[in-house]
Amino acid sequence: MFEWLSDNRASLAAVIIIALVVMFVASIVIGRRQADRTAKDAVFGDPERTRGGWYWAVCGVAALMLIWFYFSWGMGRAFFPSAANELCQVAKIEEVLSPIKAQLPIGSRYYKSTLLVSRNADQLNEVEQAFPAEAFSAEETAELNAIVAEIRKLIANSSNPANVKPELQEELHRIAGEIEGLSDELRKGYAGLSPTPEALAQPKWGVTRDEIPILPMTARGVMFDDVASKAGGVTDAFEKARNVIPANDEIIADVKARLDAIKVANETGSFEPRIAKLRDDYVKAVERIYRRLDDGTIFPADSLQTINDAIVGLDTAVDDAMGGLAWTKKLVLPGQGVVKSRTQCTEQGSARWLPKPTDVVATLLRLANPDVQGDGGYKGVPLLWWKWLPIADVVGFFVPDWIADVWPGEYSRHGADGSITPNFKDKLLAFARGDVNLGAIPVLDGHLWDSLFRVLVALFLGILLGVPLGLFMGVSKFFKSFFDPMIELYRPVPPLAWAPLILTIFGIQDDGKIFLLFMVAFAIMVISARTGASGTQLSKIRASHSLGASTGQILRHVILPNAMPEILTGVRIAIGVCWGTLVAAEMLAGTTGIGFIENIARTVSDYELIWVTILIMGVLGLVFDLMMRWVIAKVIPWRGKG
Amino acid sequence: MADLVCEHLNMTFTNPQTGSEVHALKDINFTLKKGELLSVLGPSGCGKTTLLNIVAGFLNATSGVVRLGDKIIDSPGVERGMVFQQGALFEWLPVSKNVDFGLRMKGMPADQRAALVEKWLDIVGLKGFGNTPTYQLSGGMQQRVALARCLVNDPEVILMDEPLGALDALTREKMQSLVLELWKETGKTIIIITHSVEEALLLGERLFVMAPRPGRIHKEYNLPFAERGLTESLRAIKQDKAFSKVREEILTMIWNMEEEIMGRV
Ligand SMILES: Nc1ncnc2c1ncn2[C@@H]1O[C@H](COP(=O)(O)OP(=O)(O)OP(=O)(O)O)[C@@H](O)[C@H]1O
Ligand SMILES: [Mg+2]
Repeated sequence: MFEWLSDNRASLAAVIIIALVVMFVASIVIGRRQADRTAKDAVFGDPERTRGGWYWAVCGVAALMLIWFYFSWGMGRAFFPSAANELCQVAKIEEVLSPIKAQLPIGSRYYKSTLLVSRNADQLNEVEQAFPAEAFSAEETAELNAIVAEIRKLIANSSNPANVKPELQEELHRIAGEIEGLSDELRKGYAGLSPTPEALAQPKWGVTRDEIPILPMTARGVMFDDVASKAGGVTDAFEKARNVIPANDEIIADVKARLDAIKVANETGSFEPRIAKLRDDYVKAVERIYRRLDDGTIFPADSLQTINDAIVGLDTAVDDAMGGLAWTKKLVLPGQGVVKSRTQCTEQGSARWLPKPTDVVATLLRLANPDVQGDGGYKGVPLLWWKWLPIADVVGFFVPDWIADVWPGEYSRHGADGSITPNFKDKLLAFARGDVNLGAIPVLDGHLWDSLFRVLVALFLGILLGVPLGLFMGVSKFFKSFFDPMIELYRPVPPLAWAPLILTIFGIQDDGKIFLLFMVAFAIMVISARTGASGTQLSKIRASHSLGASTGQILRHVILPNAMPEILTGVRIAIGVCWGTLVAAEMLAGTTGIGFIENIARTVSDYELIWVTILIMGVLGLVFDLMMRWVIAKVIPWRGKG
Repeated sequence: MADLVCEHLNMTFTNPQTGSEVHALKDINFTLKKGELLSVLGPSGCGKTTLLNIVAGFLNATSGVVRLGDKIIDSPGVERGMVFQQGALFEWLPVSKNVDFGLRMKGMPADQRAALVEKWLDIVGLKGFGNTPTYQLSGGMQQRVALARCLVNDPEVILMDEPLGALDALTREKMQSLVLELWKETGKTIIIITHSVEEALLLGERLFVMAPRPGRIHKEYNLPFAERGLTESLRAIKQDKAFSKVREEILTMIWNMEEEIMGRV
């Protein structure tokens, strides 16, 4: 079932998208019709006018989903399932040719040679200007100036087309011709080509972690793939080509000999350290520049012109050969298209960080799968499942060990024959530690349950302790004045500022997080119960006094119910704040929980998983709030009607 | 038996911020015998509510004593039941739970409580409304619940602060008859504060007209109308010459007091 949904997510998306479009259009039609009908129902500003209107909710949700489908390429994948695979083949050509393009105006505005010439010339000028005249004798100065002039000649020689060897000229022509041949091949079309069975056996687009299948699955794709593999040879040949000039070899040898002579003088002469350093540095600077000029990477601009033209021609041919694919890319695959890097093709732009809705659901299903040995769950823990919990563990948690310690008697010792007979005190200790077999009970388990458990326990404790304290603070001078400073001192500190301290003290397990959340819930509950209690109408209090109620009874039967609306509002707020704090705390430290999943997903840039966790949190928050609204409606229907 | 006695009652409110004082009651003296029906009239701000709160034990007088029989009153107690103008019902409880609140606090067993609630709801004309949430009742019904809640506790003295102020004329008249009936049947001591001169005359065996600044008893009347109301129709009494005469006299008196206040402001 999961598998089938997962494998057919593109087709499912197509059905969903069509349904969404229908819903979008239909809701607008219904909405407009309703608007005509109800326009006269109430004056503008009357809250009655905002009632109902489910169709606009449908419209909004459908629009949002459609936008999501569009920008995540969900729409593109649903209706053009092979587009990404073909774009991947095109991207292969781009990847292969990128080293050539990088050296030509088509790829980077200037010829690489132009940049080299300009950079070397600039550096020579800098070196000359920084010449330390005091460090060299007059003859040496003249010699060094001559060397720099020689180096300038090296650059000039490399830039002159007349110096290019015929072999290199031929090679460059051959490369340009081959590139044109690639263009011709693209112009011939893909009739007669067909994908290999191996390619056809690849998983569909998006079904595996590699996202886009890399082998060509269509005839057109095969054509691009072929061209890309042939272009590999062209690139290699181009990268091997060197503009080696015999005249330059002589100059290089000459410059080397003359620099060496000065170096020898540097070493043998006795200079004061400062001067010695100046001399050394200057020679090194000159040497560094000329060394870069002996590898023949500077070509005359004219000799590369043909290759640049051929590449421009190839790009045009690729565009032409893409045909409808180019339109598909523009219309339904917004963003920067597909990029091929060494081993895989990836989607770029919005499609990268905004996963397709169907992929998010597939990830959710994978996460929800309780088979943690297989593909399900996350890091060996299911999302939400159940497990057997030994009752002894629970007992061991609640029964403190010192109960056994204070029991009269001694713990048993090993006897003379090496045997140990446990006495009652030993058994008590084993019981308190949970080292006994008391059977097991099924309990909930999983990341989501861990998060929920932390929130619920903290909330429960917060309500249990916070509400009575708040009520007392609402009615008693002592309680108000005694506890007010404590609570008001810790409450304004953001919970997350407490987190490092509390997690350090209590450890990163549940205790620390529960205590942190308890602090949050407690403060909120105290304040809301206190507000509710102090807001009790005086006449009600007086009436209950006259009816013979004692202080405790008034607190329990009058002030508590009166504070109920505020208390429940407090619970509603506390749930929200606790939930938010918990996720952040789980991101800080922990090994389970929904925030933990998101944090790990973040470190590995698993956008789908991040979106799944966001979605889960949003939905849970909504469920909590709906539950609280329902509880409020049930428990205090009298609210505001006293 | 237990008479209600007020001796040299003085009440001064001090504003904690400004320190300014309001002399709300000045030297109030009266004795109310058991079973007497007293109505209190007076312009707004003359200290009627203050007097009632002191008798109920919600406030402690600055000087002077209030006694019920031998007992000096210094705190609220079940023997003095109070009916407020409005808003004192427990809106989170249904009618029956409101009515038996005092009994529950006393710890009376459920079956006895149920019987008493049944009886009193019947008397105030709310039979069958036991499970209705109080916020779903009309204003008049709510006041009847408040009355039942007070009476079911069987207090010696019933204190009512403008209990019928918020009701329409018709409901008001019915409630007035109800108060008279209850007075006759239970023989309770009742103090009732009202703004309506007619109501004060109808529901007052005795009547205090209070004057403001400082609050004091300006004039006291002994009236026959309450006694007559037990047998005659209230509307007929209102047509009575004697009734009109007293009414006009008191109206003029209060009118003059109000004039005086306005003039002074
Ligand atoms: N808690 C208080 N603090 C300060 N002054 C008060 C307080 N309660 C009442 N007063 C003052 O005491 C005076 C009497 O007030 P009280 O409420 O008894 O008047 P009242 O006769 O019941 O008026 P009304 O008919 O409008 O209800 C008023 O001037 C009021 O301002
Ligand atoms: Mg008043």
